[in-house]
Amino acid sequence: MILNEEQQALLDGKQGEMMAKVMKTLVMYGEAFGAERMVPVTSEYGHSVISFGLSVMDPVMDLFDRLIEAGAVCKQKISADPVPMAKNVPSNPVLDLVFKKFMYNRQKRIESQLKKFGMLEDNAFTCACYLPEIGNVPKRGDVLSWAESSAVVYANSVLGAKCNRNSGIIEIFGSVVGYVPEFGFLTEDGRKADWIVEIKTTKKPEAQILGSAVGMKVLEEVPYIVGLDKWIGTELTPETVAYLKDFGAATASNGSVGLYHIDNLTPEAKEQGMGLLRENVKTYVIDDAELQRIQDGYPCIWKDKDAKPKLCFMGCPHMTYEQLVEWTVRVEAALKAAGNSKVLVPTVFTTAPAIEEKFAASEYAARLKATGIVVSHICPLMYMNNPLAKKMPVITSSNKLRTYTSARFYNDDRILSIITKEGK
Amino acid sequence: MAKTFKGRVVAPGSCKAPALVSHGGFNTLASFQSALMFGGKEAKCGDQNNPDCYEKAMGGTALCLPETIGSTTGGMVLYAAVAAGKNPACMLFSKPIDSLAASGAILAANFLEQKMPVVDKLGQEFLDYVRDGMMITVDEEGNVTVE
Repeated sequence: MILNEEQQALLDGKQGEMMAKVMKTLVMYGEAFGAERMVPVTSEYGHSVISFGLSVMDPVMDLFDRLIEAGAVCKQKISADPVPMAKNVPSNPVLDLVFKKFMYNRQKRIESQLKKFGMLEDNAFTCACYLPEIGNVPKRGDVLSWAESSAVVYANSVLGAKCNRNSGIIEIFGSVVGYVPEFGFLTEDGRKADWIVEIKTTKKPEAQILGSAVGMKVLEEVPYIVGLDKWIGTELTPETVAYLKDFGAATASNGSVGLYHIDNLTPEAKEQGMGLLRENVKTYVIDDAELQRIQDGYPCIWKDKDAKPKLCFMGCPHMTYEQLVEWTVRVEAALKAAGNSKVLVPTVFTTAPAIEEKFAASEYAARLKATGIVVSHICPLMYMNNPLAKKMPVITSSNKLRTYTSARFYNDDRILSIITKEGK
Repeated sequence: MAKTFKGRVVAPGSCKAPALVSHGGFNTLASFQSALMFGGKEAKCGDQNNPDCYEKAMGGTALCLPETIGSTTGGMVLYAAVAAGKNPACMLFSKPIDSLAASGAILAANFLEQKMPVVDKLGQEFLDYVRDGMMITVDEEGNVTVE
């Protein structure tokens, strides 16, 4: 890799041993992918996937302490993933004890470190940092040093920014030195599509299941999706933003998609169309039967498959403001139709702190509260990440949460029915 | 009969360990998140979507896989697994390594004393040949012998 004078000086230790090791790591990372140079990070803000103070993450936090002590903090402000605990989420004394004393007993430490690295706002903890209420919205063509699979795939695909699927720690390193190695999605060739995915369903495919199907099929490759604009339109409306957020998160967690193109919708597809396709592109046809096959293949690891759900999580990734409003209206109507006044399964809608505040100030907050549903900025994935929660029958319409936890997946309509009418 | 495959060294080192084979993408977070917090060094795989590895011990094995998938915590999780001694003895990729696994391997090589050799580009033939429990020897040059 050819480095410029400033980069070479960093590598040679002119700014200390830690900065040299950080630079060495980024250079090795780039060389593993044939990068020939480092390019400046041009986005205003970074985003870190690290936000949870687990004791097993002590080696990571020890490394961060060494960086901070050496003055190696971020050159840009950052947002970070959601926090693992919040007061208003249904819990019990045992679970609280497990969370505070045994699992997330380093939470203050990691939040303090992130603050020292340079948080955008004290409450900028969300996986959906790219939503306008949070303010970390990269411009088209910006080079990012982000991690968080759902945020990276959204930034690349919907916003036209350039970011590789960086790991936690690496994203901080890029923000510290202000450079990232140029490879993969930072190059024109890396943004070409390997797959053409033809949508031939008879109705609008659910984002969470469609994303899962695409992710499982293409894994790390780039899909170009045709026929979806028929169902979700050709403009970025709030509804489309929410759809693409959930679709992308499912592609990234069920596979490792970092970039997708949607014919007539996403910016590069609008400009280049089929010109984005590689030669010898592979084809994947998705119809109703294929989506059903995918959903039927999800394992349920509950000990008692017929257990009554004890909790429902929606919002992984965090819900948009418009999703909160839409679901408030849907839940109200479904409860009324079922002759119930409150949800039959304790339910949590998760969203970014800034959206939580905006929603709380709206007329819908009291209406949603009246249904018994709680709004929280917690990370449901981190909530579920322990043996007690693993044994708990939790349901969700999030494919990401399904992938990483014992939560059982149902589509949106079924979730609505379970929480408002069936109760089981 | 022993068969040797030649790959590219991503993180240097040598080791000898029994194989654990994932034919599909290996989801690092889903596999390690419970094992890191609970249980011993055997680190049982927690990914219910990976029928090849689910509930099998990962610690001390030669983990043979096409690539890793899933959360971008992947590299950090591998780094923490190596620091905790719950890591595979080595990771052997049939395909070119992905960005998350590469990050974990390089971070561990640069910042930890414990080593986890990583070799990639071993080819589909390697993944088709190797079976759980076969003994694998990895040398410093990226030669992987399966017997």
